[in-house]
Amino acid sequence: MRQEPLFSVQDLRVSFGRHGHQFEAVRGINLHVDHGEVLGIVGESGSGKSVGMLAALGLQAKTAQVRGSAKFRGRELVGMPRRELRTLRGSRIGMIFQDPLSSLNPVMTVGAQIAETILLHNSAVSKKAALDRAVELLALVAISQPDRRIHQFPHEFSGGMRQRVMIAMAVANDPDLLIADEPTTALDVTVQAQIMDVLGDLKKRLNLGLILITHDLGVLAGHADRVAVVYSGEVVEQAGIDDLFERPSHPYTRGLIASIPDMSEEKDRLFSIEGAPPPLGRLPGGCAFHPRCPQVQPICRTAAPVLRTYEGHSASCHFADIPAEGAA
Amino acid sequence: MTRYILRRLIAMPFLVLGIVTLAFLLTTVTKGDPLAAIVSDRQMNDPEAVAAAKARWGLDRSLPERYVIYVRNLLTGDMGTSFITRRPVAQDVLFRLPATMELVIAAMLVGSTIGIALGVLAAYFRNTPTDHLARFFALIGSSVPVFWLGLALLYVFSVKLGILPGPGRLDPRAALPPRITGFMTIDTLLAGNVKLFIDAVWHLILPAFVLGWAVAGTISRLVRANMLEVLDREFILTARSKGAGEFRVVIRHALRNTLVPTLTVIGYSFAYLLTGAVLTETIFSWPGMGSYAVDAARGLDFPAIIGVTIVGGIVFLVTNLLTDVAYVIANPRVRLG
Repeated sequence: MRQEPLFSVQDLRVSFGRHGHQFEAVRGINLHVDHGEVLGIVGESGSGKSVGMLAALGLQAKTAQVRGSAKFRGRELVGMPRRELRTLRGSRIGMIFQDPLSSLNPVMTVGAQIAETILLHNSAVSKKAALDRAVELLALVAISQPDRRIHQFPHEFSGGMRQRVMIAMAVANDPDLLIADEPTTALDVTVQAQIMDVLGDLKKRLNLGLILITHDLGVLAGHADRVAVVYSGEVVEQAGIDDLFERPSHPYTRGLIASIPDMSEEKDRLFSIEGAPPPLGRLPGGCAFHPRCPQVQPICRTAAPVLRTYEGHSASCHFADIPAEGAA
Repeated sequence: MTRYILRRLIAMPFLVLGIVTLAFLLTTVTKGDPLAAIVSDRQMNDPEAVAAAKARWGLDRSLPERYVIYVRNLLTGDMGTSFITRRPVAQDVLFRLPATMELVIAAMLVGSTIGIALGVLAAYFRNTPTDHLARFFALIGSSVPVFWLGLALLYVFSVKLGILPGPGRLDPRAALPPRITGFMTIDTLLAGNVKLFIDAVWHLILPAFVLGWAVAGTISRLVRANMLEVLDREFILTARSKGAGEFRVVIRHALRNTLVPTLTVIGYSFAYLLTGAVLTETIFSWPGMGSYAVDAARGLDFPAIIGVTIVGGIVFLVTNLLTDVAYVIANPRVRLG
């Protein structure tokens, strides 16, 4: 039997609303990530990719209900007492969010915010020592003059610098797992590349398991080891990054790949997938993607496809180029 | 920061002069004849007595003349003599100011503590019975008049239940402590009389609560609205993702971010408290500026009215300045040159 992965999610479901008007935003997600591995989760806004990861860590909205399983180093997180969950968040599991300005507390100095993460999980550490460590962490994410910068407030930093601060905060306690939710979306393209380099560097140095949530498949190229494509709260395709780009099996994935801008080709219009994701609670019957699928067939409207896996590549499409279950 | 405070301090004398002028002019447009307050009805028919009184109080001079004399005297700390008490107004007002300040500060402490606590609870437990209860309590405070609330609470807690003492600053049978600051709570402590100190605090509770409740209503509604907004901000999620507990998330991260508007409202509610103190002091026989002002207005005691207005205005100016300074300290994004 293979070793238990660092972090794994099985049949995770998140639903909102009260009885009668309940709808599922996450409809049974399966994922796993190991030390030193980068898992990309890609999908459109509202596909449930962020909601699912937040819910796994107990950070869902008060009105949400979470079912299924999320295990971190063998410990079940779903239903874990809040106090216990808190000891993991910020210490063993770090998180980074999309907008680095609104993610930092505007009335606390950057140093105090980083030190807080350390102090919350190490009662033996003095305030002074925590601030010294904050200086080291800022240096680690390549911020110059860190000893001066820790006394500044978030509004005195640029967007990219703020995201570095967020990263420094997330890795302050040498976590095993780092979840980055759209870490580069709010940033300039050149800054995006820098942030991705910082993340890649930290992953190597700290042997982190890294989950990169993004709507942009292009960001994952060259950074992720594996990719899970999420559509309407489900993983519709999962594969190694090269495998995924070479042999995309789901029409949605093919659409995503086609919509990455290619600088070597001259095109008047960028490719985009027709239509919009279905609204929550009003999923179409059959395959959730069928109203937007260019290869739609009668069966797609009536029967939901089953996820099929072959040599680590899985997809849920009736016409995926993958042998049916058991054929492997 | 220092330059900002300095600039504000330089502006202060001009603002005070404005207050003085306005207070002075307002008394001249009232219908009441100050002579009625000075000269007895019997003497009113005696032209000589009237002329003597006019000369004695300077009422025979023209308005600009009187104004110049008043301002000149004011510079030496002389606010004229009260028609009623026949004592210097400055002395009267300064004697009564500490009682009012004690009441207003206590009311502000009560009001902000209750207001902030209710606002935070209401926002965190939004749309639950806790929220509704907190909002109902706030509504009563800001819609029920002070005089009614004062009488009602006095009746219930002092007369009916006998839990809290009646009007006044101390038990009327108690010997007063030597007056040092004029703050009863401080003077009793300075005199080393703990029993008397407790009595003073006990007497302060009801009027401070009556006056503070209205402010609590305003503050709690503001804090609730701001907390609702802040609690949805992303850095709250960051705080939770760092492993911070709910209490820390709410107080250290969310409440700290609503401090700026809250401080502003607390500072400006000072004006409301000063005016509200007039009614509260009357109901609770509190020997402060408020009851003095009421007596002065009733007796057309113009020097006293102007004096109270000027001192009240200066207190208000100073609190405004302190509010703005606190605002700058609380909000790192404001940098004033």
